[in-house]
Amino acid sequence: MITVNHYLVLSAILFALGTFGVLTRRNAIVIFMCIELMLNAVNLSFIALSHHLGNLDGQIFVFFVMTVAAAEAAVGLALMITFFRNRESIEVDDISMLKW
Amino acid sequence: MHDYSLIWLIPFFPLVGFIVNGLLGKKIGNEKVIGAIGTLAIAASFVVSCKMFFQLLGDVEKTHEVILFSWMSVGQLQIDWGFLLDPLSALMIMVVTGVGSLIHLYSNGYMHGEEGFYRYFAYLNLFCFSMLMLVLGNNALVMFVGWEGVGLCSYLLIGYYFEKKSAGDAAKKAFVVNRVGDFGFLIGLFTLFWALGEHGVWTFQFTKIAENAHLLPAGGVVVTVATLCFFLGATGKSAQIPLYTWLPDAMEGPTPVSALIHAATMVTAGVYMIGRMNGLFSMAPDTMMVIAIVGAATAIFAASIGLAQNDIKRVLAYSTVSQLGYMFLAMGVGAFSAGIFHLMTHAFFKACLFLGSGSVIHAMHHAYHKAHLHDDPQDMRNMGGLAKKMPITFITFFISTLAISGIPGLSGFFSKDEILWWAFSSTRGGWILWLIGFIAAGMTAFYMFRLVFMTFFGKQKTDARAKDHVHESPLVITIPLMVLGLLALVGGWVGIPAALGGANRFEHFLAPVFEHAQETYGIHSQHSLHAFEFPLMGCSIGIALVGIFLAWIMYVKNPELPGRLVARFRWLHTAIFNKWFVDELYDGLFVNATKRLGRYFWKGFDVPVIDGIVNGVGWLVQGSSRVLRFIQNGQIHSYAMTMVLGMVVIVAVYVFK
Amino acid sequence: MENLVQLAMQNVNFAAIMPSLVLCCFGMAILLINVFMPRGKTTSASLISIIALLVTAVVSLQGWNNPQFGFAGHVALDNFATFFNMTFLLAAGLTILMSDDYLRREGYPIGEYYPLILFSTAGAMWMASGTDLMTIFLGLEVLSISLYILAGMFRHQLQSNEAGLKYFLLGAFSTGFLLYGIALLYGVAGTTNVADIGLYLSAHPAMIGNPMTVAGMLLMSIGFLFKIAAAPFHMWTPDVYQGAPTPVTAFMSAGPKAAAFAALMRIFILGLAGLQSEWTSLLWGLAILTMIIGNVTAIYQTNLKRMLAYSSIAHAGYALVGLVAANAVGVSGILFYMLAYTFMNLGAFAVLVLAGKKGEENLTLEGFSGFGFKRPFLGVAMTIFLLSLMGIPPTAGFAGKFYIFAGAIKSGYIWLAIIGVLNSAVSLYYYLRVIVYMYFKDPQEDYSWVSMHTGAVVSIVIAIVGVLYLGIIPGKIMEMAKLAIF
Repeated sequence: MITVNHYLVLSAILFALGTFGVLTRRNAIVIFMCIELMLNAVNLSFIALSHHLGNLDGQIFVFFVMTVAAAEAAVGLALMITFFRNRESIEVDDISMLKW
Repeated sequence: MHDYSLIWLIPFFPLVGFIVNGLLGKKIGNEKVIGAIGTLAIAASFVVSCKMFFQLLGDVEKTHEVILFSWMSVGQLQIDWGFLLDPLSALMIMVVTGVGSLIHLYSNGYMHGEEGFYRYFAYLNLFCFSMLMLVLGNNALVMFVGWEGVGLCSYLLIGYYFEKKSAGDAAKKAFVVNRVGDFGFLIGLFTLFWALGEHGVWTFQFTKIAENAHLLPAGGVVVTVATLCFFLGATGKSAQIPLYTWLPDAMEGPTPVSALIHAATMVTAGVYMIGRMNGLFSMAPDTMMVIAIVGAATAIFAASIGLAQNDIKRVLAYSTVSQLGYMFLAMGVGAFSAGIFHLMTHAFFKACLFLGSGSVIHAMHHAYHKAHLHDDPQDMRNMGGLAKKMPITFITFFISTLAISGIPGLSGFFSKDEILWWAFSSTRGGWILWLIGFIAAGMTAFYMFRLVFMTFFGKQKTDARAKDHVHESPLVITIPLMVLGLLALVGGWVGIPAALGGANRFEHFLAPVFEHAQETYGIHSQHSLHAFEFPLMGCSIGIALVGIFLAWIMYVKNPELPGRLVARFRWLHTAIFNKWFVDELYDGLFVNATKRLGRYFWKGFDVPVIDGIVNGVGWLVQGSSRVLRFIQNGQIHSYAMTMVLGMVVIVAVYVFK
Repeated sequence: MENLVQLAMQNVNFAAIMPSLVLCCFGMAILLINVFMPRGKTTSASLISIIALLVTAVVSLQGWNNPQFGFAGHVALDNFATFFNMTFLLAAGLTILMSDDYLRREGYPIGEYYPLILFSTAGAMWMASGTDLMTIFLGLEVLSISLYILAGMFRHQLQSNEAGLKYFLLGAFSTGFLLYGIALLYGVAGTTNVADIGLYLSAHPAMIGNPMTVAGMLLMSIGFLFKIAAAPFHMWTPDVYQGAPTPVTAFMSAGPKAAAFAALMRIFILGLAGLQSEWTSLLWGLAILTMIIGNVTAIYQTNLKRMLAYSSIAHAGYALVGLVAANAVGVSGILFYMLAYTFMNLGAFAVLVLAGKKGEENLTLEGFSGFGFKRPFLGVAMTIFLLSLMGIPPTAGFAGKFYIFAGAIKSGYIWLAIIGVLNSAVSLYYYLRVIVYMYFKDPQEDYSWVSMHTGAVVSIVIAIVGVLYLGIIPGKIMEMAKLAIF
């Protein structure tokens, strides 16, 4: 029997994987993908909880999260492209001119 | 009924002067107009002050509060922009606006042709505004606004010749030292605020503080700590040991500024503040003792340094520190009105002395300029014989010198004698305090007459090419001198003590402010000692005459004697001449130590890690700031990591709580 | 079917979202107008934006003492939202005023700049008026996404690119935590409505100690604390502030910070009142950490934009003190402080905008040597703003700190207030250093490039008036702030 807890645990694992990816990956696009993974882990929680609680708020929230994630992706990729044009790299190690 | 509602005009006029000159001064450009605006602004507030003062004189009710409007209110705590007029503040506004007006007038002549003339007058007006707020504020926060304001203006005016490095350094020193003091003031204020708050009285208002001071245990820790912190604030502003070193350096500013800010008004703010909170200070005998000791020590210490200086303004600066020491001595032994009395007479004669020295410097500078020489116009060794060349300056200067030396009949005699008498006889005094003050009085007479003899008597030692260009300053400079000279002569007559057949009207006038605390905590001069009053007075006259006589022998009769004495007691002279090496001591103890620490961090830690990424960080201090900065390494990973770690720590705290 | 429409329309109340609606309409109109304008002509866009802000202010003020609710409890235009709306509009207005000539100088006269500012302002308004976590989240994202673009707008400048990208990656990262927190709270309470969460928790006290509730609260606050720039979630601030175009930095330091405070206050005080002991102890520690890190690190900075970034971290710390106090004085003190901070910080940035050369290499301490005498008006203005940032009376900064620390003392957090005051003392050092450089160093330059552009000068004058007004007569605004809290 798969209960809501299983979904929540899965979601937590996915979220942790995403976080771990953000902390370890070097490529800005991959980092962004890891962030997407985190957001989708949250979406999973929302849907599981929505089903469990029997109200639709969670699912509506998911739609918004997906919309926002799409907008973020558009802006984020644009920023990465401009950066790449100037620096010919999207390694995050190179995004470190501003410091101290 | 008397109406005091127009009291806000007093600080208002200088503020208008500041705004007009500050904003439009550069456009106006004409010195006469700028000077007139600045001078009229303060003169107008002098007129209002006179009206208020005489109104108060004829009033039965002696304490008036005028609330302009509410500033902030938090719960029961209500803070207003309000003014407090009582005999103490009435007297202070008279001194500030009166002496201030004269000095503004004088500045018209003295600053003639200086670059940034409008800036000077704008700052001077702003200073007067801040000083009047400090004096008139009905609560400690308004006072603090003024307190900060005068500090800022003093900083700006000391650094007026900012092209000169020494002026910039002096300004910074003054500011930093004053900040130490301000910090004390704030801590004291909040200690008091909380302490009273514990008893349900949330207030910054002076009248309410005085009313409720009895809620705190007299002589208790809270009162002692709070008053000690206040006193620390006072030592910063009023240049007492250990925070006095900025004042002599502050002489880098224009001379009228030294006269107004660093002699007559701002530096007395500390004394005024103690007077304003006399009820609280009376409750803390330990603090009073500290004040008296510090005051006496400063008086004699600064006087000793003054003995060997050659720069005319430096002698006066140390003399100011020393005289402020007397005022604190008076406050410390509970002779509040005597301290304020000396504050007033000192404002007269010291302003006159500074302005006189300014007149001399002005003339010397002018002469050197004409002769295309670059000698130091402030070095007394290049002066001499100026009495004939500058008669008005000389006469007024001489009167003020007699006054500061304590010659009977002049203002300084009455006030200083009053202080010495209280130091001896007060229930909180002691004969040692008297003795220190007594010796310092002798030194004062000596160094002041040394100054007069070197400057005005004997042969003129000025370079021959410049000699004939020295002449008397114009009227706009000499009129203030004459007025102040007259005040130095007669200003003390309002406070002739009963022992000399006077009525001491001054003390009676201030009695409503101080009497209560003095009676409650048993501060008075002891009756058993009254027999000593005349002998002591005789002693102090005697030592003044001895000081003058010694100066005469050494600098008129037998001019080689000082040289021989210096050779004989070289170590002593070196020590005095170099101000007992206090600046060097402070440098060694605090400044260099921090610098060395900074350098250690730099060499041992910084260079191997990141070489020369930021220029000049080496001399900066505080390793913690450095470490924190390097966490900020520009890497997104470490930023994200910090966030996650921060979160983990927070969660851990919750889990293990 | 008709019934369904009626049902839907019952909940619609356009008055509740009118301010942001107006602002968005104007923003989109400007986007359209820009298409027909020749490249490089942006003055008209900036003027329309100013008009948009004024209209929005008028509309928003309709909500004062006349609360409007709508959309099934998702938005509320109450006094609280109105007060914050005014702060955002002020921040946006001052920013737009100082931007036009700046953009031309730096070679990026991009018309889209203004709509983006308007959109982010609208986002901030949703955060302040959102009464549902969903609305607040949407507001936060509208605000953030506009700001990512604005920060990276100078697309040929590596610094600006880097600022945009850093802000984006870290911002999105923090959003993940925020959302996860919201999901957990939703799981506990079964609703995302702030008031309903509060009702649920007071009805089920057992759930208050539930790890899921506490974890939800913690994770959600990270998203807002990130925007506020509270340590240890502040790391992006200095880099992004330094790299972003100066007016954008100015806006970021005031608008989003205030918006995040607004959301945090509404959620914590209305929704999570039951967890007050939990979140006060959290914020207590973070406030201290934030103040210390901001002030201590600022000491070493020589770049003024970066220094002001650290200073803005420190100021976030002071404002958090008010939330820790969580009483009327402290909370309304935050509202006051945010307004005061908007005036003083945007004023300081406006001076920087005028003082900079193209590329802004000269915005360092050294670059300000003798500035005060060569440019007296700007020198005096900068001095006033710095004094206010230090918290010296009679300026807005003093009054703000006073209220906040008074609130802390009232709630018994005397040590917090003392640490705050000590931190202010530390901050004197680096603010004063700017004044020292302006007035006591020999001028290295003649500052001939500084021309007094009308827009920036107007914003400086407004800021000076605001700083002095709030400093000398804070009572009136404070009264309003007291009316604005819950």
